[in-house]
Amino acid sequence: MTNNDTDQRTTSTGAGSFVEHRITVRDLNIFYGKFRAIADVDMDIEPQSVTALIGPSGCGKSTFLRSLNRMHEVIDGATVEGSVQINGVDLYGPRVDPVLVRRKIGMVFQRPNPFPTMSIAENVLAGKRLNQRRLKKNEADEVVEAALRDSNLWEEVKDRLDAPGGGLSGGQQQRLCIARAIAVEPEVLLMDEPCSALDPISTLAVEQLMLELKEKYTIVIVTHNMQQAARVSERTAFFNIEGTGKPGRLIEMDDTAVIFSNPIQQATQDYVTGRFG
Amino acid sequence: MSTDITDDINRDTGDDFASGQVNRVGDRVFSGMSRGAGLVILVTLAGVALFLIWRALPALTADPSEIGPGGSEGNGSGFLPYVGTLVFGTVWASVIALSIAVPFGIAIALFISHYAPRRLSRTLGYVIDLLAAIPSVVYGLWGIFVLAPAMAKHVYPWFNDHLGFIPFFSGKVLASGRSMATVGLVLAVMILPIITAISREVFLQTPRLNEEAALALGATRWEMIRIAVLPYGRSGVISGAMLGLGRALGETMAVALILAPANVYSFKLFTSQNPNTIAANIALQFPESTGLEVNTLIATGLVLFAITLFVNVMSRRVSRGRVA
Repeated sequence: MTNNDTDQRTTSTGAGSFVEHRITVRDLNIFYGKFRAIADVDMDIEPQSVTALIGPSGCGKSTFLRSLNRMHEVIDGATVEGSVQINGVDLYGPRVDPVLVRRKIGMVFQRPNPFPTMSIAENVLAGKRLNQRRLKKNEADEVVEAALRDSNLWEEVKDRLDAPGGGLSGGQQQRLCIARAIAVEPEVLLMDEPCSALDPISTLAVEQLMLELKEKYTIVIVTHNMQQAARVSERTAFFNIEGTGKPGRLIEMDDTAVIFSNPIQQATQDYVTGRFG
Repeated sequence: MSTDITDDINRDTGDDFASGQVNRVGDRVFSGMSRGAGLVILVTLAGVALFLIWRALPALTADPSEIGPGGSEGNGSGFLPYVGTLVFGTVWASVIALSIAVPFGIAIALFISHYAPRRLSRTLGYVIDLLAAIPSVVYGLWGIFVLAPAMAKHVYPWFNDHLGFIPFFSGKVLASGRSMATVGLVLAVMILPIITAISREVFLQTPRLNEEAALALGATRWEMIRIAVLPYGRSGVISGAMLGLGRALGETMAVALILAPANVYSFKLFTSQNPNTIAANIALQFPESTGLEVNTLIATGLVLFAITLFVNVMSRRVSRGRVA
């Protein structure tokens, strides 16, 4: 955690360089005011893979996910102790700007949230324009096409790029949000239950997309759907709470196949076989 | 219990559901009352319009030489030239007020909704709302005794000296400060509360999802406001501005007290040559008017009525077309 490293990370553009982005979480505690939502989490997240976070409602897995790009700070009184490092750089270091962290670590939310007043193309470009105010027309067109192709939406919307983003179906809106997130070329993509508001066909489309995206990005996904975790992820982490008011803890993390067939902890076994939660 | 299902339904709808009170008294009374209240509004509006037209007609049909300054000696200019400067003054004063109040109102509303700590934002909200409770005659007195002399001494000369090449700021600065600029400033303060209150409400309603979407893309707070909050609140801000405009157009006492009027078209902000507004002109002239002069004043009131109605209809249009 040296400041030199910080500076290098925040100024490099990262374009074209395929650095592997390994996330290392150590002794992470997350608080809302005095309430401790997450306690003592250590986790290593492998680059170019999908890591699934599962667990019962209220166990803090979304909070944990949001702490990986400092989005939880948006809520008043939220604080963090411990460290989250990407390639050895602490995201919570004293000179790290959360705004730049979020440009490197994109996020897709539970409910599709395209900007209602923007067209499909403008939605894709929204993040890009924050970095680069003057975007040439042909440059912008390329970005839009590439991001929409990568999110498997291009064929469906290429004839109506100027139509409002809110006019798409729920599944298309979510893929539009994914296109918006990857248009800024992030290093990591965080997904907070990205399919919970979608129908099965759209869910399949988004899952397919995740399998393609992990070639380029490190993906962390929170899901309540255990089949989904089994289908898309290499590694699975199980979170649990002892009771209301108690903090969530990481119970077990292993290869997805192991978690679903032969976990070490009894609680994990009970959860994945549907005996509680 | 071996009857057919259709028999059951027939019997139920025929007998069991018949309470004999399809037209309940309470329902009828309430619907009559609310319908009556709605009608009263329409009747009042129509009554005001009819009164204005009826009393304005003599002035509109009279010989032009009898209307306007000097009309009693047959040297008048006619109604249209007379009302022209007044319409100009009314609109010009309101435009000045809006162009000051809208940026300030948006900035204050954003500060309250997105920047200030919660306790401060609540206090600030109360204070802004209090501004709306001050009677306009008080604003007028404040304008004439405090604001006008202070501005004429310290502020207007600076603009006049350094930016005098812009026509708005040219001319000889009126030492008393009772010019269009002061009127615009006071009107701006008066319409600030409504613009701020409505903007604040729509900004607070911005969906959290959209704000988080912007932040997650790496937007700073200002960028988040630019791409999520302002587009969402745009129509609300416009309808707030229109309501403020409606108030500024009709404001009487403050303008009547402050402005030193003349019968001119002038964009100059600081000089002694200021077009009057319709409402202030009525208030100033009415006590000394008789006969056709009264009809003329009422005719100008009819014009103001039409302008205000137009502004309100436009504001309704805009606010209905808002994005949900």
